[in-house]
Amino acid sequence: MSNNVLNTKELPFCKGCGHHLIAQNTAKAIEELGLNILDVIFVTDIGCHGIIDKSLNTHTVHGLHGRSVALGAGISMGLPPEKKVIVFIGDGGATIGLQHILEAARLNVNLTVVVHNNFLYGMTGGQLSGLTPKGFNTIITPNGSPYGEHDICELVYTAGANYVSRVLGIGDYSETIKNALKTPGFSLIEVMEICPSYGVKFNPKRKLQEIVEAANKPIKTWTNHRDPFVFPERKIVSNLFDKTPVIEHLNKEKILTSQIQVVLSGSAGEGVQLAANILCKAAVKHGYNITQKGTYPVTVGVGFSNAEVNISPDEILFHGLSNPEYVIVTSQDGLDFSKNTIKQMNEHQWILIDKSLPLPETKAQILSYDFRGKGAKNAVISSLFFFAKLSGIIETDTLKAILSEMGMLEKLPLTAIENELVLVTV
Amino acid sequence: MNIHEKKEVILDDSRVIIEALAQAGADVYIGYPITPSNAMYLYASQRFPLMLPAPDEISTLQYMSGLAIVGHIPVTATSFPGFALMVESINMAYMMELPMIIILTQRLGPATGTATAGAQGDVALLKGMISGGHPVPVICPSSIEDCWHLSAKAVEIAVKLRTPVVILSSKERATTNRNFDISKLPPIKPLERKYYSKNEPYKPYEYNETLVPDFLPVSNTSHQVRITASTHDQNGIIQHTSEEAMKNTIRLEKKIFKYLNEYTYYEHIQNNSKQLIVSYGVSANAAQEAVKILQKNGRNTDLLIVKTLIPVSEDLYSIIEKYEKVVFAEDNINGQYAKILFGEKLPTHVSFVGSIGKMLSPKNIIEGGKL
Repeated sequence: MSNNVLNTKELPFCKGCGHHLIAQNTAKAIEELGLNILDVIFVTDIGCHGIIDKSLNTHTVHGLHGRSVALGAGISMGLPPEKKVIVFIGDGGATIGLQHILEAARLNVNLTVVVHNNFLYGMTGGQLSGLTPKGFNTIITPNGSPYGEHDICELVYTAGANYVSRVLGIGDYSETIKNALKTPGFSLIEVMEICPSYGVKFNPKRKLQEIVEAANKPIKTWTNHRDPFVFPERKIVSNLFDKTPVIEHLNKEKILTSQIQVVLSGSAGEGVQLAANILCKAAVKHGYNITQKGTYPVTVGVGFSNAEVNISPDEILFHGLSNPEYVIVTSQDGLDFSKNTIKQMNEHQWILIDKSLPLPETKAQILSYDFRGKGAKNAVISSLFFFAKLSGIIETDTLKAILSEMGMLEKLPLTAIENELVLVTV
Repeated sequence: MNIHEKKEVILDDSRVIIEALAQAGADVYIGYPITPSNAMYLYASQRFPLMLPAPDEISTLQYMSGLAIVGHIPVTATSFPGFALMVESINMAYMMELPMIIILTQRLGPATGTATAGAQGDVALLKGMISGGHPVPVICPSSIEDCWHLSAKAVEIAVKLRTPVVILSSKERATTNRNFDISKLPPIKPLERKYYSKNEPYKPYEYNETLVPDFLPVSNTSHQVRITASTHDQNGIIQHTSEEAMKNTIRLEKKIFKYLNEYTYYEHIQNNSKQLIVSYGVSANAAQEAVKILQKNGRNTDLLIVKTLIPVSEDLYSIIEKYEKVVFAEDNINGQYAKILFGEKLPTHVSFVGSIGKMLSPKNIIEGGKL
């Protein structure tokens, strides 16, 4: 294959369109830099500029409207820096995909973006874009766009691009493209053009240079000197299961003959899910199967937090809220959340509730203790000791061993818990 | 050391899926946080060789596509709001024929709905998300073993068929902890990828009876590669509706069906009954329990747990047609999978039991299904 970037002199654009020059100048820049054309990947998208693909001898990728910069960024991230990824995009694509451009500039991805700014969407009939200068006529705004326009160069420069340049789409500007291609990291060239079909038609008396000057868009170059993107070094594990501690069975006799459910109802930020996890570990140590399902609002540190724990000597299939044998309530949020469940409980079931809370209406047996007296953050974990003593399903020593392994035992007012635990009679 | 020594741990599906994908050869994770998929993002950040936070879900899919074009196997996890943003880009990846895995953890909709409540409400969307109606394989695990084996299979079919594959989960499976003996999960052999290696000129979308074109990354310097999301011929050149291009577009659908029997997964639990529950994902667990309860009461019921939801395998119809009474159990209010199989009006012997805002329970299935 020849080392010509373009495979034809007949480019697929309208007569007089500046896109010819962009393709020719980019081709010249690549050829003069002596790049292997198969080290070059052109990424284009939807818009007149995107039909260039078939005229190129390089690799070509043709994506979605406005997404070519993100697509090109993905390609570039996976390639060594000597590869050149060049994105062709229109002003419409730059508008819909503005965030992709800013992000690629922020990350300083090795990428050269050429914005074909002809002030409108050519392929769809000449509508205005976010880069259409105020006052420029389009089919939608025949008396001039009433809106201001983005300065794409200033935006990407501020976002951290290493090389940014605005050129008039006239004559030979291949040197500028060469500079962009030679610069490590993100570069962008905004080529100013007038669409010969719609731009000229709706703005017959205006000249390109005058439009650019009226829009106060200087022809200039901006540079930053930031390190280009590389995937950062990270510490990773070779197996995620290494992060899940193996739980050894204690070979205790199992008192449960069928599945039960324990519900922990408290407040977010008070360790409800953590306590449920500790309860699960204890139950597994005692030879049971468990499931632990959390129910909580989208907020993180406020509102209720509920954990539904199933404990069973057999395989657990359905793990949702059923008819819990034990409900442990450690805060008003928890009580509010579980009040309907509690109402439906029967006389064989148990509620362990913090003594500061009003006793709910229920047929279940109620035991009231001072869980919160051990500190709000300790309330739920403390309640597990009472559950252990009351139910006999797990032992308090098992809880202590788990908490000790987790470095949490010292933080617990164990004496206060044990003093009150004496009062629990089964 | 005995390799089958019991190793009991507490874990969730998210961990198992991510580990399985990594072992199978998926090597880059692009993340955008969204509940209830955040655990997968965290685990992937600890496990995947390459990881990048994306600024939004459109960028996520675009980065993934770019990385797939250079030969990576990318993964992301999301839920409906993010998935909705991804749909156009999934169409792009489908048209470009790029392998990737998208984990969709369902939550309660519409729109933002409730991020922390489970649901199975996105199945209808998955069925119709490709313009033209082409199917994207959707794999739906309903156990830890499924998460392990089917996630690995998802990577295999994504690469073999050159297509995005969706692993469908839901809040109530992805984030629920359970004890499990991980010694039961055999190591997964990483996938070996084969690229086009002939000396003849490479046509990026040329195909033979396999219906899957040979892949070559754009990092190669031997052959020109053209990748496109627009209607194209075998050279990857954009076409209007030429015969060659239309054949190519039709092939995209055909290739997904061609290999369906290689990735059709279901579990048919037979108790010699004339009635059948059909379910998937987390609701299948409720259905398993329902079957157990019914059995205890002397009322046998069969169960079909569907694990390859899309495309629909003929096998499902062959099983279902044997029953006098069929009950679909799903965590939605409209019987989305039942309708995928039977259309808007279900046959008289087919009914649906659903739930909204809380998990479909065995009791719901038994009572609602009049089983």
